[in-house]
Amino acid sequence: MSKTATKIFGQVGRRGLELAGQSREVGRLARETFYWMLIAPFRGKGFKWKYVVEQMVKIGYESLPIVSLIAFFVGLIIAMQSAYQLKAFGATIYTANLTAVSIIRELGPLLTAIIITGRNGSAITAEIGTMRVSEEIDALATMGLNPVKFLVVPRVLAMMIMLPCLTVIADLVGIFGGYLISMLTLDLTSVRYVDQTISALTFKDLFSGLTKSGFFALIIAGIGCHQGLIVRGGAEGVGKATTRSVVVSIFLIIAADVLFTTLFYASF
Amino acid sequence: MAREPIIQVKNLVATYGSRTVLKGVDLEVYPGESLAILGRSGCGKSTLLRHMIGLSRPAEGEVLIKGQDINRISEDARVAIFRKIGMLFQSAALFNSMTVGDNVAFPLREHTGLEESTIQIMMKMKLDLVGLSGFDRFKPAQLSGGMKKRAGLARAIAMDPEILFCDEPSAGLDPVVAAGLDNLILRLKSAFKMTIVIVTHEMESVFTIADRIAMMHEGVIRAIGTRDELKQSEDPVIRQFFNREADDEEIDRDQYLNTITGAGG
Repeated sequence: MSKTATKIFGQVGRRGLELAGQSREVGRLARETFYWMLIAPFRGKGFKWKYVVEQMVKIGYESLPIVSLIAFFVGLIIAMQSAYQLKAFGATIYTANLTAVSIIRELGPLLTAIIITGRNGSAITAEIGTMRVSEEIDALATMGLNPVKFLVVPRVLAMMIMLPCLTVIADLVGIFGGYLISMLTLDLTSVRYVDQTISALTFKDLFSGLTKSGFFALIIAGIGCHQGLIVRGGAEGVGKATTRSVVVSIFLIIAADVLFTTLFYASF
Repeated sequence: MAREPIIQVKNLVATYGSRTVLKGVDLEVYPGESLAILGRSGCGKSTLLRHMIGLSRPAEGEVLIKGQDINRISEDARVAIFRKIGMLFQSAALFNSMTVGDNVAFPLREHTGLEESTIQIMMKMKLDLVGLSGFDRFKPAQLSGGMKKRAGLARAIAMDPEILFCDEPSAGLDPVVAAGLDNLILRLKSAFKMTIVIVTHEMESVFTIADRIAMMHEGVIRAIGTRDELKQSEDPVIRQFFNREADDEEIDRDQYLNTITGAGG
């Protein structure tokens, strides 16, 4: 009995220490990233726009079709589910409100972040992890070139620029999906629906959605890079790290979402 | 020797977790010489190399390059030192996302303000030097193991380094290609007056390339000297290595029993 208890405490302790160690590492990486992103460029240490643009194309442009398609489908779904409930009250016009607000405040940022985690967060880990395993990162370092500056900063920055942009597009496409369903199934005119949508939305809805999206971007790129940099043990290690990167990112995104939604709910 | 050493390793201790890999290594490398660090697998020679090129931080002791402790100087000073250091990795460590040409041009683009046309010429010269002219548009994945190593060497010498480190240059290559690579390194040494530090366990390479040999054993430098000096050594560890003898496998029966039954040994 006491042996089992010791075992459990041992496990908890080990896990705790592991987690604390990892948090410290992430903290160090964050500090270095912000140094190379915000301070070093103004001290004449240069900045890699070329790599940022490269990453922006991968994260933004190439993700556009899938993000739009999923946002469109979700718009359809939300509109149908809302209308189903609102019909009972004869208040189908509020479909416009429900769709627009839930997409802009919540589903747009969240879904985009989750799609990009799967599509690009995993790719970041795999890419950097492979570079770690094949000694490419060591090679960078021995050339006197900082891996954080060359690999992490461009990805974090590109993610922070592109994720909110993608979110805005997802918002628009999602709302359009809702509009389409309402036009096809509900007895509403186009003008009324659009008017209703515009009057339902406030600036703070968009603000809260995009703020979240910025933090989600930090999580995806930060965890993606960190998991890649700490890869050990060859191809198998890269695979494991990629899985862990996606799982940890999605968990942290949802946790951050709870936090932000609570904050915005309490303050607005 | 009266000359100032270009690299000094002082009482270097390195640990992995609770295991001490280097137990106080002292080593001096003089300008223009080629030093081979020799030893059996797991003796700590790769760890020593990682510390000499600043990839790992020592638990104790220091590494001085041109009199400066690489772990205590500012980022800028460190970059200035490492610009003049080339490193050939065991796996060549070419950037797989770039062409061979871009790999060689990469340090030039990042460290010098040279015009692209000049960089192109320098890149082609370095590739020609290692016998890979015409391969600049290939991706690393399209090259054979020996060609990758040579491309890695071209990248390592792109900045005309004063010191060239090589980690097991002939590992995984057939004897003919390996000998070619050794000759190439020798040619570079005499042409550019580079200081060369090679980590290896291949005796053939050592005999062709090295002016001096440092023999590592269980985390310390057991002996250091020229080839002839080491050949005449009476030290059984060194004799065993030079004569390519296997370990005597004396099995202690009690210990063996403890090992397989998991009883405290």
